[in-house]
Amino acid sequence: MNETLRTRDCDKVLLVQAEFDGELDAAEAATLAAHRQHCPACQAAAAALQRARLLMDGGLYEPAPDDVRRRVMARLAAAQPPAPAPLWALRSRMRAWWSAGIGFGLGAACAAALALLIIAPSGPDPTQELVASHIRALQPGHLEDVVSTDRHTVKPWFDGRLDFAPPVKDLKNEGFPLKGGRLDYVDGRPVAALVYQRDKHIIDLYIWPGVLVGGRLPPTAEYHGYNIVHWRWGGMTFWAVSDVEPAQLSDFAQAWQRAL
Amino acid sequence: MQHRRRAFGLRSEVPASPREPFEAVILPELDAAHNLARWLMRDANAAEDVLQEAMLRALTYFPSFRGGNPRAWLLQIVRNTVYDALKLDRAAQFVPLAGWSEDDDIVGIDLPSGEDDPETTLIKSRDLRRLQELISGLPIELRETLVLRELEELSYKDIAEVTQVPIGTVMSRLWRARRALLQAAATQERSR
Ligand SMILES: [Zn+2]
Repeated sequence: MNETLRTRDCDKVLLVQAEFDGELDAAEAATLAAHRQHCPACQAAAAALQRARLLMDGGLYEPAPDDVRRRVMARLAAAQPPAPAPLWALRSRMRAWWSAGIGFGLGAACAAALALLIIAPSGPDPTQELVASHIRALQPGHLEDVVSTDRHTVKPWFDGRLDFAPPVKDLKNEGFPLKGGRLDYVDGRPVAALVYQRDKHIIDLYIWPGVLVGGRLPPTAEYHGYNIVHWRWGGMTFWAVSDVEPAQLSDFAQAWQRAL
Repeated sequence: MQHRRRAFGLRSEVPASPREPFEAVILPELDAAHNLARWLMRDANAAEDVLQEAMLRALTYFPSFRGGNPRAWLLQIVRNTVYDALKLDRAAQFVPLAGWSEDDDIVGIDLPSGEDDPETTLIKSRDLRRLQELISGLPIELRETLVLRELEELSYKDIAEVTQVPIGTVMSRLWRARRALLQAAATQERSR
């Protein structure tokens, strides 16, 4: 069945293609149609174009995965000039960014994932958002943007990526070795996330400047099996999130605050 | 899940006001930017690096955006960033494959046809992984033209701007890309 059609027998095949791609006006298309009626080469070209499009029709589009989108948004937000706006305005700006970023190309199948991903800037208690971020980061390849056990490597990595300098400490001697860090996006702003290890468990430590409005959150919490410890130090807010035992996470928080 | 941009094609016809902010004009094209970076770099991590860099460049250059198709504007930045990353000449007239020149001999193409075409089987089987391999195997100047047309749905004029070649070259590259795709599909099916 494989007769070979020789489209070289006609020099109008690129016009056939232009029509196929919607690039001809009505007059041009009419002229071409008259020619095509008795040109086997152009008829073959039209059929081939249709088959080529069928080959590419569906499933080949590569939208930005959620974690890539998150990192791009964080990097862009960090690159913006420091906003003189009050916190609430910054939050609404970030919310606009998110909805602008996700407005297209997402089917209903993604809605559930999104609900976890974008728990909108959540008021004074970012607990759920932090746990969602932690779970997302545990997926392969998403944990660290900079992989290093050396705080002198991790700390400078944040330079230029954040409008503040997060303190970085290694707690290897206390049993919580530093693994690396990443840029994350929590509470409507880019934040530093330091990654620590305890045996087989990962502890994420989120850091951003300022204290939370309302500020009377309990220092520890549990959400969906993950433990959370929260403290402030040097004008910054710290949240540790992990699936280690609550007592171990408290040890981590105390070791961190004691360490130089 | 299918991601087709055809449904939103008209959106790009609306000229954007320069007063609209970056997040309203450019960020909706983040998927398009990733799609192009992913197809040109052929590697997820490399594509993300390019995307990060391109979006930062876009943010920096955005004050110079004067309306027009924001997707084409962003994709040109992505494409330039890819070429920088691959250390390719952005305006290169690629050395043609044996038997091909950039603009001549564009119609000299033999195509298999008929209902039992081997590539029809591939179309029916919807084997995404093999299709990805076929497209990834195309030379970059054909691949980018094909992706910009079939997945990003840009006009010839926009493709010419993004890839910095005349429209005639866009047309011949597109034809050669489609032909190469069909022939590769047919060859692959036959060898199974
Ligand atoms: Zn003809």
